[in-house]
Amino acid sequence: MFGSYEFDWSSIPVSLGFLGQGLMVSLEITALAIVAGIVWGTLLAMARLSSIKPLAWAAAAYVNLFRAIPLVMVLLWFFLIVPKFLESFLGLPPGSDVRLASAMIGFALFESAYYAEIIRAGIQSVPKGQLAAAHALGMSYPQAMLHVVLPQAFRNMVPLLLTQAIILFQDTSLVYVSALADFFGAAYKVGDRDGRLVELVLFAGAVYFVLCFAASQAVRHYQKRLQTA
Amino acid sequence: MITIDKVSKHYGNFQVLTDCSTHVNKGEVVVVCGPSGSGKSTLIKCVNGLEPFQQGDIHVNGTSVGAPKTNLSKLRAHVGMVFQHFELFPHMTIRDNLSLAQIKVLKRDKDEAAEKGLYFLDRVGLKAHAHKFPGQLSGGQQQRVAIARALAMDPICMLFDEPTSALDPEMINEVLDVMTELAQEGMTMMCVTHEMGFAKRVAHRVIFMDHGKIVEDDSKEAFFANPRSERAQQFLAKILQH
Repeated sequence: MFGSYEFDWSSIPVSLGFLGQGLMVSLEITALAIVAGIVWGTLLAMARLSSIKPLAWAAAAYVNLFRAIPLVMVLLWFFLIVPKFLESFLGLPPGSDVRLASAMIGFALFESAYYAEIIRAGIQSVPKGQLAAAHALGMSYPQAMLHVVLPQAFRNMVPLLLTQAIILFQDTSLVYVSALADFFGAAYKVGDRDGRLVELVLFAGAVYFVLCFAASQAVRHYQKRLQTA
Repeated sequence: MITIDKVSKHYGNFQVLTDCSTHVNKGEVVVVCGPSGSGKSTLIKCVNGLEPFQQGDIHVNGTSVGAPKTNLSKLRAHVGMVFQHFELFPHMTIRDNLSLAQIKVLKRDKDEAAEKGLYFLDRVGLKAHAHKFPGQLSGGQQQRVAIARALAMDPICMLFDEPTSALDPEMINEVLDVMTELAQEGMTMMCVTHEMGFAKRVAHRVIFMDHGKIVEDDSKEAFFANPRSERAQQFLAKILQH
């Protein structure tokens, strides 16, 4: 089949500006989801480790639910169904388009479940005596977590968090189902327009590979430095 | 200063403490000893509420530890505690270790906290190490820092939970020296320790525990000269042979 296929890469150079914008959107979504994932994931992890049982159960249910559903489903759900529900529930005017924001929130909620598990392991990696020592000095639980436990937990899990960030960056390609012009969506649009889908998808794949491979090499390098330090 | 009144504690069916009562007067040094698993560490952790207990009550300076209304953080801020494994915060310098709780709990300003921290660091002979991280110090030095960290909070009494059992033998004395000095200055101290030499030199009273019960609670002279229970006699015979 490929024997007769004539590759034509000419639509790529002329579309670099558009593709670049798409890449920026992907990176923005990644950054937003990382921040939201770490903040919400930390709260979920602390809830899951809490001695208040209903809180721990609710957090566990959340994490297990999101980890058992494919991301595409979550995105579609938040793109199509949640906005409809919000419209009727909050009485939003019909013109207001909350679909993209909703899809973004769905993405962040999904990724938080994975971050929560990493952060939970990180918190558990800090010896219990540290919390006891902080308590013994009169610190409240939030103070002890904020100043003593979490900084150590995060330091232990930096490599894992970065690895998850790389996966998350790849996951952003799925937001094309929500018609958001991320990098993959942009590449797809250009290919579709010019009848050069094969070239554009190959190109997009190459870009993802280069970025993710470089990033994971950087993480490995950092990890080695951490071990020798 | 510290009154322990009929305290009992269990984990499920396992009874850790049974009906423990004793007291530590102001300026008094009480050593708690006994075989491992006898509940002595648990008892001392009950004093500042790090371990909850089901029955009885403990009063520290008139404040009930067991009462649900008690603000434990407020109480602990003035009850110093030193742990077996030091528990310095490894991600901060010694200076920050000393000032963190002063700033966050006692709301002292940064300079005041740093100054106070350095004063006590100097007292334990480690002023030159203020900029280092805990991992760069020996075990004995870390434990001295931990003592300084507790002292910087201006504690009304100090609790020591086996402060020398995780140390190499040659580092034990530097920690005991600091504790001895503290005792001579009149600090109220409750020490869980196997260091019978320290007990003989410094303690006013010795408590001997076995199977979660306080078996002996006597003046040091009476305890070492003539332990009443057979269990304490055996314990002393074994530990003092060396």
